[in-house]
Amino acid sequence: MQVEGYKPLIVAFCCNWCSYAGADLAGNNRLAYPADVKIIRVPCSCRVNPMFVLRAFQRGADGVILCGCHPGDCHYTSGNFYTRRRMAMLFSMLDYLGIERERTRVEWVSAAEGAKFAATMNDFAQTVAKLGENKRLEDLRCKQ
Amino acid sequence: MQTVTRDALIDRAVSLLSDGTVDTVLGWRKGLFDYDVTPSTFKTVEDLRENLQWDDHCGANFSKYLIAQTKKTESKVLVFLKPCDTYSFNQLLTEHRFDREKAYAIGIPCDGMVDAEGNMLERCVNCKSKKHVAYDELIGEDGEVLESGRFDEVKWLESLTADERFKFWQDQLSKCIRCNACRDVCPACTCEKCVFDNPKSGIENKAPASSFEEQNFHIIRAFHVAGRCTDCGECSRVCPQHIPLHLLNRKHISDINKFYGEYQAGAEVGQRAPLVNHADGDVEPYEIFDGGDVNA
Repeated sequence: MQVEGYKPLIVAFCCNWCSYAGADLAGNNRLAYPADVKIIRVPCSCRVNPMFVLRAFQRGADGVILCGCHPGDCHYTSGNFYTRRRMAMLFSMLDYLGIERERTRVEWVSAAEGAKFAATMNDFAQTVAKLGENKRLEDLRCKQ
Repeated sequence: MQTVTRDALIDRAVSLLSDGTVDTVLGWRKGLFDYDVTPSTFKTVEDLRENLQWDDHCGANFSKYLIAQTKKTESKVLVFLKPCDTYSFNQLLTEHRFDREKAYAIGIPCDGMVDAEGNMLERCVNCKSKKHVAYDELIGEDGEVLESGRFDEVKWLESLTADERFKFWQDQLSKCIRCNACRDVCPACTCEKCVFDNPKSGIENKAPASSFEEQNFHIIRAFHVAGRCTDCGECSRVCPQHIPLHLLNRKHISDINKFYGEYQAGAEVGQRAPLVNHADGDVEPYEIFDGGDVNA
């Protein structure tokens, strides 16, 4: 259900070496992306424990996106390969449990791709806005 | 009915206990009723002769008990393993959870176990293997890995729409009373300190405050054992609320088979689990739904 003036809350986990720098570049170039995207900097995308994703949903996030270096470009050589397997499994499981599959995403954004970062965030925010509030994984006790 | 008799088990256990090869026997202890069987240790011959039970109610998997028991003894621990238990045994060895030298494994064939009402357990209806993958000696005949329909129910769930799936899992998971039996019995859940035992987390105790917490609990637990779950079916067997928890684990197993190639946890010692491994050209998380029901 879409509410007037509703803006989705989006949590973006960005790896320190590529995507966070990509976000920085987007800012430097004055590329607009929704202010409701809350960026959490992580040393590597594989730092993101699947529980972080669930926790974000539990605390009221409407969408969760992970950004990391392109496969093969990981600062730690192989971190994002693990992310890739892990998140494929997790997203598949969330879908199996009936959570809308559009609420989760993994995107590879390099430090030079400020434009891609902004475009990805705009697109993701739009997709999540269409779905409306996250009702299926939220925890009412965490509502303020 | 089991083909191997209780007497055959007791004879072998008694002789190993008497000649000092082992000083502890892990076995099923008789309870008040037929179905009331408790996993237990036996230290004496008299106790064994009197209280060991072996029949269709002996579903318990002893692999996990080896972790605690092998630490308590300088000698060896005798353990009876049904075919599906041997996979957990191997998986725990792969993870270096107990000392192989301190375990004496006797493989025994299994003809399927029943629950308290006398119905065959789901995991036995869809038995994946009658073959022992680890043992020191074998009583009776070894079988073969079987073709089973254990993924049929997963496929049926996948064919539903997202809303139907959500309803199905809400109905199931809201029954959860957070007794933690599934975690305590799981041979893959062997962390010394469990993430759910954190007193500050607010999710330590029973008495669920909302159904969503239950969902998170089961997603997290399923993910923690993903790639290491041997599909022994203990979680569903012990669940007092009859939640089909094996469907969560089997979803992960079927995904692993589909994305990263056929993999059976515990089939061999020393296998590298799919989630601690990677390959070039792995499927991307945004590609997994291709070919699936995109409108779901």
